[in-house]
Amino acid sequence: MEIEHKREKTDWLKYFYTFLITALIFGTAIYISNYFSNKKMTQLKTMEDKISLDILSSETQFSLLAESSCKNIGDNTLSQEVGQLGDKLLYTEQKVGADNSDFQNLKTYYSLLEIKDYLLMKKISQECNDKTVFILYFYSNNTCDECQNQGYILTKLHETYPQIRIYSFDYDFNIPTIETLKSIYNIKNKLPALFINGKVTYGLKTLDEIKKIIPETKIWDKEAAASSTTESSN
Amino acid sequence: MISNYIMYVFLFCSLYFEVFLLLTYIEKRKYIKTEYLEKKSEYWPSVDIVVPCFNESKTIIATINSLLNLDYPKDKFKVVVIDDGSTDDSLKTLQIFKGNSQVEIHHKENGGKFTALNFAIENSQADLFGCLDADSFVDKDALKNMMPYFENPKIMAVVPSIKVHAPGNVLQKIQKIEYGWGIFVRKVLTYLNALHVTPGPFTIFRRKIFENVGKYKHAHHTEDLEMALRLQKHHYKIANSHRSIVYTVTPKTIKTLYKQRRRWSYGFLKNAIDYKFMFFKKEYGNLGFFILPLAVISIFSAIYLAINFVISNGHLVFEQISKIATVGLSFSKIHFDAFYINTNLVSIIGLFTIIGTLILVLLSMKLSEGKLKIKSDLFYFLIIYPLIAPLWLFGAVFNTIFSKTITWR
Repeated sequence: MEIEHKREKTDWLKYFYTFLITALIFGTAIYISNYFSNKKMTQLKTMEDKISLDILSSETQFSLLAESSCKNIGDNTLSQEVGQLGDKLLYTEQKVGADNSDFQNLKTYYSLLEIKDYLLMKKISQECNDKTVFILYFYSNNTCDECQNQGYILTKLHETYPQIRIYSFDYDFNIPTIETLKSIYNIKNKLPALFINGKVTYGLKTLDEIKKIIPETKIWDKEAAASSTTESSN
Repeated sequence: MISNYIMYVFLFCSLYFEVFLLLTYIEKRKYIKTEYLEKKSEYWPSVDIVVPCFNESKTIIATINSLLNLDYPKDKFKVVVIDDGSTDDSLKTLQIFKGNSQVEIHHKENGGKFTALNFAIENSQADLFGCLDADSFVDKDALKNMMPYFENPKIMAVVPSIKVHAPGNVLQKIQKIEYGWGIFVRKVLTYLNALHVTPGPFTIFRRKIFENVGKYKHAHHTEDLEMALRLQKHHYKIANSHRSIVYTVTPKTIKTLYKQRRRWSYGFLKNAIDYKFMFFKKEYGNLGFFILPLAVISIFSAIYLAINFVISNGHLVFEQISKIATVGLSFSKIHFDAFYINTNLVSIIGLFTIIGTLILVLLSMKLSEGKLKIKSDLFYFLIIYPLIAPLWLFGAVFNTIFSKTITWR
């Protein structure tokens, strides 16, 4: 039997067409991915603009009504929106990276909104003499192993006591307003750091430890127990 | 990030391969239905089918009976059973065929499957020579359907379609889809002249081919793969008779499946090293330029993608465990927010690749089963197979790099 030493045929044209189609699919994927990324960034920007508008509205409302009424100013909806925006920014940071310039702009804006909301709510709280508690939470995504767990604890705390307003700040995010905040409250680089009721604590704090720092939680617990007893007796 | 770029390259290769298969299938689909449908002459070549047997007493009788039931002239067809030093009662069981003129039984000292095949080749005078593993069974028309192919003098070997025998558990149902995929890929590779495996179950060769290319070798326990590469090296044509159906018993447990597939993948890698001179050589056409390199790349890409998947999802699992350990289980209201759907480039391309795989698997099911019926097997395959396949690929690569010899069983 003779051996056929025939060169095999290679379908160069098919390779080329395959390359074109694959490149087209890849290009489509890049387009879709960019489209959704931009859409998400726009959504974040819209959220920030809305929050900014809400804060401005609260400020104006406060100026107009402060002397006569404290009702309906800066309700919890705004706080929830700030929280949702924070979650989405964290997710975006993980996806696009902290160095992304669009993301950095959004994060700067978010930090400013947080501070603005904090200052306004604190003012309203003092004027209206309500029992709102404020926590400023300083974390780092790079140098803090316990910050993630501290985040879970603070989320749980907010779920249990919606009266507590929590504002989180990236310690490593170099913008003048955060630097000023750090300097005013003398926050050292020993994270996680919590600023509660005028005092700074460093290191991971459990739910019970935080509750001890906030005496109002005892009152809220009693109120919650009393209301549940009333409901059950009815 | 560099890991992302590596991922893009691997995903591009996967997508390229899928598009290439699909284009070839679309181009040739009309021929698949009609190719080599009828035999033109009345000549029936003589055929010897060897059944190597090592401790196969449970299935050997059914295997031989399936061969004896083949629709083929009795005087042209012989079953040669080689007992390769079985330590169970295989030899005793085989006595049932004593006196059957169509069955020859030989006993030799254990030396491995390739020695049993070579023993049979040395004693064969038939025109065609084939093998059937003792855990496989042939369809009645399997041999007859191959004959039109052998009327083409350029075709030196014909490989069948292999299906899973009586798939029982989930693992076997996954393999059923996988074997269907194999039938499809084999058909497409035939048109590219790029078949690189002549499967142990029922590949039929012109016997004289062994005089030209030599007999079987140990070939890292994958002698069927090495023989195909050797035929390709000599530019011999290998065809695929997709209407010739062979059923094979498949592993029932993860452990046995892992060992079998690790051996196959290891054998492929070792033989690819032995035949590396074929890579990127125009002389070897689509096989050398595209299929072999891509097959090697696909092993490494599957491992890389799996490791990446484990790291990214393992991180999420770790976060959840850490959260539960810190604040306990909390069932806060879950609300859907489209914002959190991952739309990065890797995810979108990954989705396109999965869609491509799904299209090809559905085409495979249609080709292997003759109709398209979506059953739970398909979902088992799509969800479980990508999770388990990297295990044996990783095992095979590890053993190849560290030169660990793999045992047959």
